[in-house]
Amino acid sequence: MKTLKFYLKSFLLWELLVGLKLTGKYFFKKKITVQFPEESTPTSPRFRGMHALRRYPNGEERCIACKLCEAVCPALAITIESEPRSDGSRRTTRYDIDMFKCIYCGFCEESCPVDSIVETDNYNYHFENRGENIMTKPLLLAVGDKYEDSIAKKRQIDAEFR
Amino acid sequence: MLDAIVALIIILIKIIVIVVPLLGAVAYLTLAERKVIGFMQGRIGPNRVNILGLRGMGQPIADGLKLVFKEIIVPSEANSYLFIIAPIVTIAPALAAWAVIPFNHGWVLANVNAGVLFVFALSSLGVYGILIAGWASNSKYAFFGALRSAAQVVSYEIAMGFALVVVLIAARSSNLQDIILAQQGGLWHWYWLPLLPMFVVFWIAGVAETNRLPFDMAEGEAEIVAGFHVEYSGISFAIFFLAEYANMILIAALTSIFFFGGWLSPFEGIPVLGTLFGWVPGIIWFLAKTAFFSVLFIWLRATFPRYRYDQIMRLGWKVLIPVTIVWIVVTSLAVELHVGPWFS
Repeated sequence: MKTLKFYLKSFLLWELLVGLKLTGKYFFKKKITVQFPEESTPTSPRFRGMHALRRYPNGEERCIACKLCEAVCPALAITIESEPRSDGSRRTTRYDIDMFKCIYCGFCEESCPVDSIVETDNYNYHFENRGENIMTKPLLLAVGDKYEDSIAKKRQIDAEFR
Repeated sequence: MLDAIVALIIILIKIIVIVVPLLGAVAYLTLAERKVIGFMQGRIGPNRVNILGLRGMGQPIADGLKLVFKEIIVPSEANSYLFIIAPIVTIAPALAAWAVIPFNHGWVLANVNAGVLFVFALSSLGVYGILIAGWASNSKYAFFGALRSAAQVVSYEIAMGFALVVVLIAARSSNLQDIILAQQGGLWHWYWLPLLPMFVVFWIAGVAETNRLPFDMAEGEAEIVAGFHVEYSGISFAIFFLAEYANMILIAALTSIFFFGGWLSPFEGIPVLGTLFGWVPGIIWFLAKTAFFSVLFIWLRATFPRYRYDQIMRLGWKVLIPVTIVWIVVTSLAVELHVGPWFS
């Protein structure tokens, strides 16, 4: 009886028809494609994308050249040089991040005592020439100025977990 | 003399009328394949190249233009003469077989009495192109693909041939028009019902013959990269592609002719529906059936994983051929005893 059932099933292509029914059902299901340049997937407030250097609301840069980020960076992507400024405060003269070395671990952001170096939620950017992969201090500050609103908002959402 | 030239021109016009829409159908079948498989996988498929506001409709044209402008790379160790001729050998039979396909009553380029044999011979010739391609490429993977394809096609041709023998016994003719006319009388008079196992065998053998999934051992991209056309690029690759899809449409058309009554209306003989759909021309029914089976090819591809090689051989030799032989006997008896509405 069992063998008879087996032969009946395999000659009627039963399993194959069940498979066809399944794909047939998916044909009419809702599609999950995200049309990337027009739409994008939602990102977490903790998303780690392109880096930025932030400023205080009065326009003063936050970075105090403590070099904690340089020390913690596992990929050795950050290079900092610093000097006392004319008003006596210690500031960076050079703050480079090699975006090819960076592994986007977020340790720099975590180590920063003044919330200066942060990672924005911008994940689609590119470089067109050799050498552009090294983000210099003015570039990072410009990114910070551009994304300040979204950076501040995401920090606020995440504030109670920090 | 003049008569001969006029006849030749008329035949040429008929060929163009058949081949140009066929190549268009082939182009859009590639789009249909990407769309249908995408839909079945929860995606939406190509939708960026628009024509007349239809999303994705320009995709085959864009693909074609891209392939035409690419370089044909001939490997330095390849036999360049055979290498170039292989795609032509593949596509010529795929197109030539359409000469005997009847699109409607009397709408056929060559109404030959040995139509079934002609189609069968040409669908088998296609494998020579694959063999030559695999041999001429002088590459391991291409050669493996060619060998696999040769063994597979030889095995499944026997089952396919026997399935056709059953159709010939039932219709008592090898003219494709006569086969369709023998099925007259509506949905239940078509041969798919009395010859149901043969329909399944013919369909499986047809899928295997065209090297489509789940029988695409000749390509097997997971195992042997792309099989016989691994060394081909540009338009020579595109011609292999066209031939594969032309063969798919051909098998779909043959299935609808042999088992689903070709141009006949499914509602023939049914009181209300028969008159309601009486105005629909036969070619519409024929194209609808062919389109359905072409989509079924894609549906199969979206559903099943690839067979293992020994399983393909087992299915071909130890399952399909015995089934066909049994059904030859059954059908012969049914025809001899004038069973049912089909063989009276």
